[in-house]
Amino acid sequence: MAWFRKEKTPLEAVGEKNVKTEGLWTKCDGCRQIVWKKDLEEGGNVCPKCGYHFRLDARTRLQMLFDGEWTEFDQDLGSSDPLHFVDLKPYPQKLAAARKATGLRDALIAAQGTLASRPVAICSMEIGFIGGSMGAVVGEMIARSIDRCLAGNMPLVIVSASGGARMQEGAISLMQLAKVSGGLARMHERGIPYISVLADPTTGGVTASYAMLGDLNIAEPGALIGFAGPRVIQQTIRQKLPEGFQRSEFLLKKGMLDAIVPRKELKTYIARALDFCCAPTTASVTAS
Amino acid sequence: MPNDPSHTRRELDAMETQLRELRQQMGVKPDPEAQKRVDTLSGLVGDLRHDLESQVETAWQRVKLARHPQRPYFLDYCGYIFDDFSEIHGDRGYADDPAIVCAMARLNGREVLAVGQQKGRNTKDNVLRNFGMPRPEGYRKAIRVMQFAAKFRRPILTFLDTPGAWHGMDAEERGQGEAIARNLREMSRLGVPIVVTVIGEGGSGGALGLGVGNRVLILENAVYSVISPESCAAIVWRDSAQAELAAGALKLTAPDLLSLKLVDEIVPEPHGGAQLDHRATADMLKPVLERHVAELEKMSPQQLIDHRYEKFRRMGQFFESPQAAGGR
Repeated sequence: MAWFRKEKTPLEAVGEKNVKTEGLWTKCDGCRQIVWKKDLEEGGNVCPKCGYHFRLDARTRLQMLFDGEWTEFDQDLGSSDPLHFVDLKPYPQKLAAARKATGLRDALIAAQGTLASRPVAICSMEIGFIGGSMGAVVGEMIARSIDRCLAGNMPLVIVSASGGARMQEGAISLMQLAKVSGGLARMHERGIPYISVLADPTTGGVTASYAMLGDLNIAEPGALIGFAGPRVIQQTIRQKLPEGFQRSEFLLKKGMLDAIVPRKELKTYIARALDFCCAPTTASVTAS
Repeated sequence: MPNDPSHTRRELDAMETQLRELRQQMGVKPDPEAQKRVDTLSGLVGDLRHDLESQVETAWQRVKLARHPQRPYFLDYCGYIFDDFSEIHGDRGYADDPAIVCAMARLNGREVLAVGQQKGRNTKDNVLRNFGMPRPEGYRKAIRVMQFAAKFRRPILTFLDTPGAWHGMDAEERGQGEAIARNLREMSRLGVPIVVTVIGEGGSGGALGLGVGNRVLILENAVYSVISPESCAAIVWRDSAQAELAAGALKLTAPDLLSLKLVDEIVPEPHGGAQLDHRATADMLKPVLERHVAELEKMSPQQLIDHRYEKFRRMGQFFESPQAAGGR
């Protein structure tokens, strides 16, 4: 007779085990290590082990940049499906699903508050809303933010995270590039600062308009930034793209970015830049 | 009405099946009243199918015409429209991009700047012109030369005809996005009349990079789109062979764009398309260009800048209501 008897347990089905800690841990896309979600969130969604920057939703981004409370504008704008675009799902259904998933009307929050005690407007893009794509609503919300900045002589920050123009609104989306860029021209003429922050990913029509038109264009580490997406380029030239191509670090090296700023220093950097643009000059300080 | 042709086709098929079943149920001696109703219905279904097919046909036909290898290109028009044509090269930074041509030109004695995207007519030419797909230095040349024209108060005429901006590694390295973005901003600050004409393929941001004007005209069979029908089909249906459907869905034809208020005027082409008679097409376009330049010349520089901004500011359709679906 054996001293110990092994309890016979049925073999579990192969595959992911359904553990109770689900939701507490997540795998870092950068270093493939398992990190505790709470650690991750406390560090602004930056991997505590390798510094990989996870994508951030639009509202968390505002939380990180504003001093405290902020006001949101134009939340009542919605797309009217001008093309009656139907692919596998009608566009209105796609919009409804995106609205439900993100709690937003469209792929952007237009907000106003203070950053390091200075009033600023921040437009924050939501990548989770149809790939952060820009249609008439995103274009109009930015244009109205620019109007408010012009009226109040207030700096503007746009945090881009977008796949580009929204296909489902056709050429209307395309014209938003010109519309927003025209608004930025007015700010440029008036000498009101505009800081563009490029987060992962910023491609297509957004890169070909406001994301590249900042007085300063600053990017988060490791962000994919480009006009054409890597897959399109690969198809065009029929060869594999080099490692790191179209990442922030690559663009900085090519002279296309003013700086790469890690997320935890982003607010300080913007505040510093706005000081440079807006603080009274020494001459006028002495004069007054 | 949803405009996905494949979806509508399926619906029409279903209707026809139902009608057939109805007929079978009615048997050999049907009630004349019912018979009449079924006939009317099948007539309607037939009409709808006809409309649908002709709609798809039109959009795709126009894409094909806009890309027709015999279609007149920018330089073909220049020969007929301008009396003098002296080209200006280079972006003064990196290179001269032959996919965009800039020139001092004379339009009926009036000094103007002509800027256009240029495709090639044969293989050798296409290698030179990169199939009309500009690189960043092309856009940089264009804006440099447009600023030169504005300095001396000369109207600017631009001509759009590109499948899109070049998307190779070299273009990315030199900032394709930045180059187009800068053009959009700087074009909106020029205090001279700008008349834009889409003469062939208006391929997305690559076309728009020369496209911020006080007037945007389009030739009858030209197209202007945010994405090529092939790429759209590849994304949506995972099959670029569905480009025909995508062309219909994207609303990229001249009449579509006019009804969306994205272009100001459609310039007619000779019957059958511009490729059949270059001279006649140019002859039809020339007086239209002259008319618009003359109208715009009455405005002051600031008026022109404001007019151009307001024009694009109005583009875009959306609703504004707190209670409608979803969101917060």
